[in-house]
Amino acid sequence: MKTGHPATYDEVKKIHPLYFNIVKKRYWWFVISLIVVIPGIISLFMQGLNLGIDFKGGTMLDMTFNKQVSQAAITDTMKSVGLEGPVQLSNGGTSVLIRTEALEEAKRNELLGALQSKVGEYNKASLKEDKVGPAMGQELTRNAFWALLIAMGLMIGYITIRFQFSFAISGIIALLHDVLVVVGLFSLFQWEVDSTFVAAILTVFGYSINDTVIIFDRIRENEGKLKRLDSYEDMVDKSVWQTMRRSINTVITVLIALFSIFILGGESTRLFSLAMLIGVFSGAYSSIFIASQILLEIKIRTKKSRKGGKAVRAS
Amino acid sequence: MRRGNIIKLVALVLLVAAAVALSIKPLVDPGKGIPLGLDLRGGVHLVLQAEPNKNGAAITRDDIDKAKAIIEKRVNDLGVSEPIVQSDYDKKRIVIDLAGVTDPDKAVDILKTTAKLTFRDPQGNVVIQGDDLKDAKGGQGQNGGYVVNLSFSTTGAQKFADLTTKLIGQRLGVYLDDKLLTNPTVNTPILNGQAEITGYGTLEEAANHAVLMRSGSLPVSMTIAEKRQVGASLGVDSLNKSIYAGAYGLIFIFGFMLVFYRLPGVVADFSLIVYSLIVLWVFWMFRVVLTLPGIAGFILSIGMAVDFNIIIYERVKEEIRAGKSLRAGVESGFSRAFITVIDAHVTTLIAAVTLYYFGTGSIKGFALTLGVGILASLFTAITFTRLVLRWTVGISPKMNTTWFGVRRDDV
Repeated sequence: MKTGHPATYDEVKKIHPLYFNIVKKRYWWFVISLIVVIPGIISLFMQGLNLGIDFKGGTMLDMTFNKQVSQAAITDTMKSVGLEGPVQLSNGGTSVLIRTEALEEAKRNELLGALQSKVGEYNKASLKEDKVGPAMGQELTRNAFWALLIAMGLMIGYITIRFQFSFAISGIIALLHDVLVVVGLFSLFQWEVDSTFVAAILTVFGYSINDTVIIFDRIRENEGKLKRLDSYEDMVDKSVWQTMRRSINTVITVLIALFSIFILGGESTRLFSLAMLIGVFSGAYSSIFIASQILLEIKIRTKKSRKGGKAVRAS
Repeated sequence: MRRGNIIKLVALVLLVAAAVALSIKPLVDPGKGIPLGLDLRGGVHLVLQAEPNKNGAAITRDDIDKAKAIIEKRVNDLGVSEPIVQSDYDKKRIVIDLAGVTDPDKAVDILKTTAKLTFRDPQGNVVIQGDDLKDAKGGQGQNGGYVVNLSFSTTGAQKFADLTTKLIGQRLGVYLDDKLLTNPTVNTPILNGQAEITGYGTLEEAANHAVLMRSGSLPVSMTIAEKRQVGASLGVDSLNKSIYAGAYGLIFIFGFMLVFYRLPGVVADFSLIVYSLIVLWVFWMFRVVLTLPGIAGFILSIGMAVDFNIIIYERVKEEIRAGKSLRAGVESGFSRAFITVIDAHVTTLIAAVTLYYFGTGSIKGFALTLGVGILASLFTAITFTRLVLRWTVGISPKMNTTWFGVRRDDV
């Protein structure tokens, strides 16, 4: 048995059968991220998000009829009481999702009564109704925005105290990357965004920074042991690989949990878990391939400018 | 040492098994168990917004308090098991949660009538406000026919006495907002605050008017700013689906940990059971209402609780590879992993707390489960996981490190 010592860079490389130099390829990772993020940003500007009634205000009725119904029958009935809005049929034409302006109780009862008499009997025990006044929607958006901003500020503060400011900035950039990936994809595919989407984004927020901090913790530890001539790049690469098993195993367990909600959790949590699936995956990716690489870039650049300063003084 | 540890571990396993067996019933008890949100058992969530007074007077805290008291009374008449009525003074709102209400439509119907009740003289001046009216009931009159019996508060009775003395033979207008409800003629001065409006054709008509007058006794008009209604069978369906999702998620995570971490994987799986029990009992103790996003948050937090175990085991492996003995590796791996996890968990906790503070409704529930989950996972890891790992490696100092997933040739 050899005498013990902390693992060297070469040993770390040897342990992982699939080892490759992540740090040297960092510009590739940046390009991959941009390929995903940029279309999302363009889509956000061009078509925005498909906001549900939680944000826009309105009434949404989810009804199950006892027999198959037609789209036309529903829209005609809505017109007869002076309403319009998108109607979605599913479950072989028995489940109907109606979206319309925020309805007063009297109007709502008039609509339900008309649907009952003109379209057919529906199951009252499985009726789902959401009504959100326009003012409430604005409030939700505002609160979510503030929550994100304040959480970010607090996280930067905490990471700066426990690590360094450069770590905080790199972590937050990786975080924004993940949020942009999720929001961008939701905009690109026009998946509907409701109040649980905000919760999903904030979870991704929490998960992504958590994941990044684990790797940063290793960089912090190895940075302390760094000798004068050691390469910072190699140290970052070593740190990323030392935590690789953990990064992968953790994301697998979380994805297992999320997949089971996505597949088995039913319609009402589907988009919620989808947002988290995308976000957690992106969070794991950005922790390994983006956050530490940006940290490295910041370190190299600030070091260079410091060296440059010395050179000027020397000449 | 060796036999003692095995006995301790077996005792612990039995203890955990007993705890699980004994916990199931009180936790899922429909009455006293963890309260389920309306999205899991059907019900109505209403946000009532106080409308600004027409005369421009500000809505005071007192108005909201009065309105809340009245709504609470009406809610209690509905016979819902755990109704929640909360007031928000800043935004001048009252939030009502009626989980498990059998007829949501009727509940909304009774709660929605929130117009402001006033009594006016023939010239149209407001003489008595609705909040001076204590109660209104429909019933049979002394001289046959159907009536509405009114009873006024002490100040209301005084005002009503003055008014009826002055207005004998004239008509008194009862208005809901600006709509005339009824205008009975004053026959005699009514001094004791107990009045009777006669002349209704049916009991139903009288009862309806009584409901309207009772509801109209809110000091401010309120509109429904938000309403979420879930049918009972839909809620049960969602509950079943999320239990399925949770069960399958757990089984797969358990399997994954066993395959990848072997002996420590068993410890991790046990820790997860203890973790889940702690979280559920915390929910039970603080009456945390479990909602659909809340369950999702809980399942996600299981994933994150596993993370703690993974970090520890990976670290222990590294320490063993670095030449430490199994026991020393567990000790140093544990303390080192703890520093890592603290930083990571605090940052996530920051997100959960911010979310709780700024979030509304279901988001709050989600943040709460996530936050409780993070704290519970820290607690479980420090107490339970650490103890069990120590006992396990204490069984034999020569324990094969391959059980920890470290190959001999790595060392």
